[in-house]
Amino acid sequence: MDYVYQTLHSGDMTKGFRHTYFQLVRSLAAVVAVSLLATVLTACGSTERQLSEKAAAIVAGDCIDSGEKTVTIYSGRTEYLISPILEAFACESGIDVRVRWGNSTDLAVLIGEEGEATEADIFLSRSPGPVGFLEGLGLLGTIDKEVLGLVGPQNRASSGSWIGFSGRKRVLVRNLDMVEESELPMSVFELTDERYRGRVALPATNGSFEDWFTVFRDQHGDEVATEWLRDMVKNDARYYPNNRAIVEAAGRGEIDMGLVNHYYQYQEAEARGDEHRAVNHNFEPDDIGSLLIITAATILETAQDPDAANELIAYLLTPQAQSYFTNKTFEYPLGAGVAANPKLPALTALEIGTVDFDSLGGGFQETERIVRESGILAG
Amino acid sequence: MADRYKRAPLPITGAAFIIGVLFAFPALYLIWRNVTSDSDPVGLLISARTLEPLRRSMVLAALVAATTAVLGTSLAWLTARTDIPGQRLWRVLLPLPLAYPTFVGAAAFIRTLNPGGLANDLLEVIGIDRTPELRGLFGAWLALTLFTYPYVYLPVAARLRGLPGSLEESARLLGDSGFTTFRRIVLPQTASAISAGTLLVALYTISDFGAVQLMRYDTLTRAIWTTRLADQSTSFALAAILLALAAVVVASERLASRRLARPARASTSRPLCVPLGRWRLPSLALITGVLLLALIAPAAALADWGISGLIRDISGGRSLEINVSDVIGPAWNTLWISVVAAGVAVVAVLPTAALLGRYRSRLGPITGNIITSTFAMPGLLVALAVFFWTLRNSWAAEHLRGTLVVLIFAYVVRFGAQALGAAHVAVSAVPDQLHDAARVLGAHPVRRLITVDSPLVRPGLLAGGGLVLLSTMKELPITLLVAPFDFSTLTTKIFQSFEDAFVAEAGLMAMTLVMLSGILTWFLVVRRAHHLD
Repeated sequence: MDYVYQTLHSGDMTKGFRHTYFQLVRSLAAVVAVSLLATVLTACGSTERQLSEKAAAIVAGDCIDSGEKTVTIYSGRTEYLISPILEAFACESGIDVRVRWGNSTDLAVLIGEEGEATEADIFLSRSPGPVGFLEGLGLLGTIDKEVLGLVGPQNRASSGSWIGFSGRKRVLVRNLDMVEESELPMSVFELTDERYRGRVALPATNGSFEDWFTVFRDQHGDEVATEWLRDMVKNDARYYPNNRAIVEAAGRGEIDMGLVNHYYQYQEAEARGDEHRAVNHNFEPDDIGSLLIITAATILETAQDPDAANELIAYLLTPQAQSYFTNKTFEYPLGAGVAANPKLPALTALEIGTVDFDSLGGGFQETERIVRESGILAG
Repeated sequence: MADRYKRAPLPITGAAFIIGVLFAFPALYLIWRNVTSDSDPVGLLISARTLEPLRRSMVLAALVAATTAVLGTSLAWLTARTDIPGQRLWRVLLPLPLAYPTFVGAAAFIRTLNPGGLANDLLEVIGIDRTPELRGLFGAWLALTLFTYPYVYLPVAARLRGLPGSLEESARLLGDSGFTTFRRIVLPQTASAISAGTLLVALYTISDFGAVQLMRYDTLTRAIWTTRLADQSTSFALAAILLALAAVVVASERLASRRLARPARASTSRPLCVPLGRWRLPSLALITGVLLLALIAPAAALADWGISGLIRDISGGRSLEINVSDVIGPAWNTLWISVVAAGVAVVAVLPTAALLGRYRSRLGPITGNIITSTFAMPGLLVALAVFFWTLRNSWAAEHLRGTLVVLIFAYVVRFGAQALGAAHVAVSAVPDQLHDAARVLGAHPVRRLITVDSPLVRPGLLAGGGLVLLSTMKELPITLLVAPFDFSTLTTKIFQSFEDAFVAEAGLMAMTLVMLSGILTWFLVVRRAHHLD
């Protein structure tokens, strides 16, 4: 009882509480004050359109004052690679752009959940899979004919629901110290050979790998494709979560080689210099392993202002945007007659658009099932 | 008669009920989707395709939970009850591994420790040319243990600080050895905190995607993730199985913890200090070892990425994509939104904590179970659920969608469990006698709450709020999908750079995130809890 008596009558607790209470109020007041200040500051700063250095380099003409129009984009392409182009577009067209960034698949699932209530006017995807999903739900509108005409027929949907705006080629990344040049295969089919046992990494759950495998099935038939994957598993192929992880691991020497998109190697080499001990290897041009995976733009059926949305997609295919894609982000240009970055190997690859992508229907679900049942995920 | 045997006042019951319904939103969404998309969770449950990942999730959760229970408790006891040197430093550093978003933390961990990594370069000097590769069950277990032990450490340390040293002193005086004292006094008195923390670890482990994905261990979460686009009905069914698993884990923890001794007596008296003697060095080795692996190993890779990027930028090589002003905005957003989310989460779980800890109530265990199980839901599903419910109502769709209110709501629903565990323990530890005495002296309930409860529960609530704070700072899928347009946090920025292998930018911002977490932990959790010493 002493203890109770003491605590109650010493008054310490009440004091302690008041003390904390005032501290709490004080810190809350500080938080509110600073956030108000920050809001005022940013509000003052945003009246004039300020171009970043990168965006300014893309802008061809003069900026137009921002008008009433806004285009909303859900972008699976990341901010660093594409926001300078969007900024330049806003400047040149006077149309404001707002973006929800994220993973292409997550964003497609979100649009599926929102349905017709989605705020997105445009969806930019890293690979065609998520686009096929939205098309299946009937949520995609049709892109204007003039815009579709900006790329070759192999790089757009025959239905007009999506259009490619840059490309990433499938390649084999290899560690320089652990793989001799003479050992390199000419075709993905060679990778099931004994001499590649336990040496090849596959990003089996990655969007671009799944898209690639879907086309593989379409080109060579389900049986051949499924058997190839099963043989890869038997040959101790190793599963990695994504392209980036494979390129990073190959650069360290954790694995010898892996099937990836060409593009990560360039970013990693730029960032790490000579420390990164890996290079890309190209399969024969007509091999399925040399497929070009395109990044796709779509307009939603429910877009508020389809004209503004078409204008933005057309802008992605202007010469300045296309040369930005190839020179700054090491991707293959698809339009406006822009030549590929000289650092990239010449593109004679089989291109994804040559496959009747629309007819695959349900193709991704089947691919997902085959991948899961192959046992690669346990590797 | 103590409150414990009384019915709860209506306002508390009412508040707990409403909040419980709000926390049930993701689960209700999941049930709705299972019904509308013809999912067949029961049929799936018996297929081999589901059973294997389910088994892996359970094995991993059990292993990680067991290890963190031991590790977190030992670290808490060492820093709260002994004369170990450098206590203040350890108290700031030990919660920090929780600050790494797993998608970048686990990648950096791999970068440092796996073959060809930074540790490999160091070890070559002593003749080891290839470090073992961390992957699969072992890799996932190690990474998750190191990233989640603070869920146990923080609440147990808070509980120990509120526990009077007199019991342990008496035991020692009566002749018990140090170890026996620990077993007979400390362990029973902290058991409810350990059990609540371990529960969080188990739930976090079954909900985790980042670490299992990078370590390539095929769990249920990964099956949900890989099917989310190609085969949504399977994905939703698997998520329903995950949620059911979580509910079972929560219910069994509740059953088990009922048998635990009810923690007696929180007090504000000065806690005991045990001299470590010859155990001092091994204890220091344990703490530094844990910090070396959990904090320094990932930090080394991040720093390596970041600093070589900086050097390249300065020496005229490739320039960085970000400058200081690009980081300040997101850092500020990260800071204030997670403080607000932590505050709201603590307030939101208090009614339930009170029902569980102070009153006889049938509602308490139900809302408690809902709040806690929701923690096992992957963030993507919570985000989708929030959209689903916002769009059901035209007023909400117009006024709430894409606002910070919804974002904070989503955070609180996702992480409320972390605050609840700590709050429940704290509320139950308030001695009944104090309430009785205060009542006899004529203090009305509100005054009792202010004068009796709040000083005693404060360390527990701060610890719970601290957990929510750190989790919110590193949250990714909800922030990406639910936040207003152009609202970015450090974590979303890190994701943007890391996705396309801009490792220098990711490294610099991840270091900023961890430092910011350290400062906040210090100001809001460690320093304040210390006012009581």
